Amino acid sequence: MSHRLRDLGTPNPRSSPSGSQAGGGGGGRSGRRSLMTRRGAAPGGPARTDDATVVRGARRPERRRGGGFGGGGGGGGPSAAGRGVMASVALSEAEKVYIVHGVQEDLRVDGRGCEDYRCAEVETDVVSNTSGSARVKLGHTDILVGVKAEMGTPKLERPDEGYLEFFVDCSANATPEFEGRGGDDLGTEIANTLYRIFNNKGSIDLTSLCISPREHCWILYVDVLLLECGGNLFDAISIAVKAALFNTSIPKVRVLEDEEGSKDIELSDDPYDCIRLNVENVPCIITLSKIGYRHVVDATLQEEACSLASLLVSVTSKGVLTCMRKVGKGSLDPESIFEMMETGKRVGKVLHASLQTILQKEENLGPKRPKVGFLG
Amino acid sequence: MAGLELLSDQGYRVDGRRAGELRKIQARMGVFAQADGSAYIEQGNTKALAVVYGPHEMRGSRSRALPDRALVNCQYSMATFSTGERKRRPHGDRKACEMGLQLRQTFEAAILTQLYPRSQIDIYVQVLQADGGNYAACVNAATLAVLDAGIPMRDFVCACSAGFVDGTALADLSHVEEAAGGPQLALALLPASGQLALLEMDARLHEDHLQQVLEAASQAARDVHALLDRVVRQHVREAALLLGD
Repeated sequence: MSHRLRDLGTPNPRSSPSGSQAGGGGGGRSGRRSLMTRRGAAPGGPARTDDATVVRGARRPERRRGGGFGGGGGGGGPSAAGRGVMASVALSEAEKVYIVHGVQEDLRVDGRGCEDYRCAEVETDVVSNTSGSARVKLGHTDILVGVKAEMGTPKLERPDEGYLEFFVDCSANATPEFEGRGGDDLGTEIANTLYRIFNNKGSIDLTSLCISPREHCWILYVDVLLLECGGNLFDAISIAVKAALFNTSIPKVRVLEDEEGSKDIELSDDPYDCIRLNVENVPCIITLSKIGYRHVVDATLQEEACSLASLLVSVTSKGVLTCMRKVGKGSLDPESIFEMMETGKRVGKVLHASLQTILQKEENLGPKRPKVGFLG
Repeated sequence: MAGLELLSDQGYRVDGRRAGELRKIQARMGVFAQADGSAYIEQGNTKALAVVYGPHEMRGSRSRALPDRALVNCQYSMATFSTGERKRRPHGDRKACEMGLQLRQTFEAAILTQLYPRSQIDIYVQVLQADGGNYAACVNAATLAVLDAGIPMRDFVCACSAGFVDGTALADLSHVEEAAGGPQLALALLPASGQLALLEMDARLHEDHLQQVLEAASQAARDVHALLDRVVRQHVREAALLLGD
């Protein structure tokens, strides 16, 4: 089937008013996205190990690739930016029927099952003037995250903690719709979601970011750069944020106090004398898109166009839910929400496990690891 | 130029290069599948991505359409984490607007815009890491991206910067050399004809030295051309192999 990309943005006259098959409105936002899962090998997919983590050797052995979830790559044809108000693909009725019926049979257009992620590639430490960075490629979705640590004053209500600031830049690289201020709405929406999933004590130990209470703390600026959207933005961004936080190292500083009570901050001489963050409890977002009577994880743009509504859950590695949100213009019935939450937790645990494995594996390669970045 | 010696007595620069030497250049075409053309370039620690969409129908107001040629639309943005100090906005500031205009001017000189009347070509460049020579890296990346999109051009556009220290012209300035505040010249060259698509000079330089700096920058741009040409040929060879099987 051919997916014709069509002008993102304007609601697409062809797909919909009738609320088609899966209730597929055309231009609307729809948020499904999903992450990895394992399950049996999808036809044509890369060979996979049980936990879905495949470091694919052949072409670039050095690069650790995220789990070999899901079948082959992205959904195919040229497509424009993902979800949301901003962009979608135009699908004909027949194409929608094809996708919806396929999902009913647990077989998706690219050969995956409903709980399979696409193959994800993760590489950390790609931008050398940041404290930590990561690039994640999930199908055609391409995300770069840079974390910069800067010294600042703690917030009044939390005098002994540092804090995180999120910024999402939907660059025009992803789609011309985002030129100028076009990507701001989507960027703010994603940044707010990130604030929300980190808005609990467990996600990250903020007290370790405090240098001296009420006076100095580290502020971590987490900047997300969206380079290409091929569906499932939220999940890909949350994986990239977690990988970048894992990669972040903050210089150790000591506070020296002299007799008169004036304080001095001393930076360690050794550049390798750093704090690393514990990211074990950092949640990842799993987006479950309702298509027909079933829900899928890691929807491609085409699948997002067939879904009316989706549920976004953020799950920690232990399967704890830290945030949940329904996105999309359609509605969900309460029963299916519980079902989707269960799926989200199940899939989320597997995702965390394989992400942790590859991050650790990459870390073990040490500083001599050849960098691939965008050259690979 | 307090304290820092930009050019040692033995003729070496801060990062160990000779005066006319370029930083290591690595590039790749066709980085993204969804865009019509895309490319990535690293010049030393400066890293830039360029994406091209088009030629396509005018987006937004049709009144901007030109009856006899295509409109070249450029946006320059820098990732918020690309610089040493975090930037607050990726684009929209005065410098980014100016860079966008310069890129537009450069590529209007090179692309055969008269082949696509009433249409639009979008060129978006994104600096991922800034370490001097941002404009040059962006032009070089954009050239590869335009080629990748298959849009006809008169010639490659190859850009390079040059500076002037202690009577010697330095090619391809790094961030340290730029920050030292000497004269700086940015140049975009169409190598086959030797024409200049863009020439910009900052700070004060004696007219007698201009020839020398210009010469250094053009030579460096020709060196860049040789490298980019190799990247394009390699890319086409690989693509042809894939098609052949």
